[in-house]
Amino acid sequence: MTTRIDTRFAELKKAGRSAFVTYVMAGDPDLATSLDIVKALPKAGADVIELGIPFTDPMADGPSIQAAGLRALKNGMTLKKTLGLVRDFRKDDNVTPLVLMGYYNPIYIYGVDKFLADAKTAGVDGLIIVDLPPEEDDELCIPALKAGLNFIRLATPTTDDKRLPAVLANTSGFVYYVSIAGITGAAAADANAVGEAVARIKRHTKLPICVGFGIRTPEAARGIAEKADGSVVGTALVDALKNSLDAEGRATAKTVNAVAELTAALAQGVKGAKVAAE
Amino acid sequence: MNVAKPNSYRSGPDDRGHFGIFGGRFVAETLMPLILDLEKAYTAAKADPTFQTEMNGYLTHYVGRPSPLYFAERLTEHLGGAKIYLKREELNHTGSHKVNNVLGQIMLARRMGKKRIIAETGAGQHGVATATLCARFGLECVVYMGAVDVERQQPNVIRMEMLGATVVPVQSGTRTLKDAMNEALRDWVTNVHNTFYCIGTVAGPHPYPTLVRDFQSIIGNETRTQMQEVEGRLPDSLVACIGGGSNAMGLFHPFLDDPSVEIFGVEAAGHGLTQLHAASIAGGRPGVLHGNRTYLLMDADGQIQDAHSISAGLDYPGIGPEHSWLHEIGRVNYLSATDDEALAAFQLLSRLEGIIPALEPAHAIAKVMELAPKRPRDHLMVVNLSGRGDKDVPQVGDILRGKSK
Repeated sequence: MTTRIDTRFAELKKAGRSAFVTYVMAGDPDLATSLDIVKALPKAGADVIELGIPFTDPMADGPSIQAAGLRALKNGMTLKKTLGLVRDFRKDDNVTPLVLMGYYNPIYIYGVDKFLADAKTAGVDGLIIVDLPPEEDDELCIPALKAGLNFIRLATPTTDDKRLPAVLANTSGFVYYVSIAGITGAAAADANAVGEAVARIKRHTKLPICVGFGIRTPEAARGIAEKADGSVVGTALVDALKNSLDAEGRATAKTVNAVAELTAALAQGVKGAKVAAE
Repeated sequence: MNVAKPNSYRSGPDDRGHFGIFGGRFVAETLMPLILDLEKAYTAAKADPTFQTEMNGYLTHYVGRPSPLYFAERLTEHLGGAKIYLKREELNHTGSHKVNNVLGQIMLARRMGKKRIIAETGAGQHGVATATLCARFGLECVVYMGAVDVERQQPNVIRMEMLGATVVPVQSGTRTLKDAMNEALRDWVTNVHNTFYCIGTVAGPHPYPTLVRDFQSIIGNETRTQMQEVEGRLPDSLVACIGGGSNAMGLFHPFLDDPSVEIFGVEAAGHGLTQLHAASIAGGRPGVLHGNRTYLLMDADGQIQDAHSISAGLDYPGIGPEHSWLHEIGRVNYLSATDDEALAAFQLLSRLEGIIPALEPAHAIAKVMELAPKRPRDHLMVVNLSGRGDKDVPQVGDILRGKSK
């Protein structure tokens, strides 16, 4: 099976450049604005979109993404509406890969089989579910692969060589390397350390490796792009969004542009990278 | 629900940490290697006789075990039915059953070479026990506590600080126990290289529900021996309150395969089951949170709902996975008591027995007040008095004087 993710990474490899992956929270701060933001991302230079599924208890996320989820939930966002957002996005864009990222409980409550069918129909390409390690692959990973969705696994600094094969076994699309032991929005990792980690993972897999956590600036994104197949930026975009809201936390005329402009600047950083990782 | 009865109720979990469909290891990859290490360390410790010997020494001379099994004569007379025994866990050093588990985990942490201990706490009893043992063994201690709980359990906050712990008030979410647990998990993910997470209840990712249960089972094992000495037989019923459910599991587990023993767990019904409450089994359904699948309070979208209980220690929207299994399989009866019922029981026990219970076991006493009168006088009922009420005195005093609700 070839997904939009596989196609996109193959194209980027041919073009000799690293991918720029953006993360935003679905429904932040409201459904309509969120759809406009997601639509604006590819135009601003995002190669892959990660869309957060709001959850009340995001245990691996820092304060920015926690708050983004709560803003979305407060305005009535649900998993069903998140899938609707993807469907609307797909009306105009059938090429940009879109990955849902979140926690298992909303999917478990929605019903795994129904969720996978609805996600596939809506135009979702892959899933990153933070609290499903390989030990729980029967829950969602195996059914997702059968349903034709990529299941993208997180590898971390604590994932040693002995454990890597288990982590990579049912991974597809790309590998998301979490550059630091920590939560989203924490301090940046050292680019050299990231380079070593990427090389280590490359010894175990042919999949593209994207690096996330702690990348906030075009310079940092460029540094990572020189070491990996892609860099992921989330918290910085979510912060840009938040800073554009009014005192009551509502979207303003500036909100969509605030995210799009930072995306464009970061994309320039990635495209300025000297050598894409091989 | 149709669930096949097992040969033993005491054989779980399986090697993946499952009790039926409940339990498991739903954690971020960063934590997974450490959880596997912990499982290995625990298996090795269990097989090492020096571990148990060392622990028994501290349990006797530091914690003050065994805790008495006390015949509550005046409460029995007042209720006019079953003969009521209190398992006096409130007499342990630090004032609750929490210390049994903390001692075990701190000794594991020492075996694993971890120098920094983190914990979550609701009422502060687990936090105090953790701060105490960290002081005793010279370990750094950070306790996460919801800002709401910091406010209503001030005496315990002061105790933790006196013991040298850092108490971090958690401002996210509902600012109670569930958010303290989120924040502790975030700390753990960040400091995984040197930090041991000392979980206070029979929940979280495998192997926590098992190891906490094992460390707390001393409550039920002692009860069994003590009852044999006093009455020459097994008790007829057991009653304990449940937030996450560690004091209940500690009392229940050694009796699960004795069919003559009726077992009652008491959840917190808060303002009532149709309003804000913390009764996950009565008002929730299976979901996944904090590393395990279990009964949870949530909305139709799978978002976790706010729990409410007068008792900070029961104010949690989930329950340990083994309890969820014991409920589905029908071995334990899960009941619930409201804030008002717990307050009435708090006062009754104080006046009749001269024992001020914590608000948590006051929920268990509240159901004893219903169950005992319906049982014959030769019925032996054991209730786990899991903690003492000193920490609740300011809060209950305010409520009784009409100052707050």
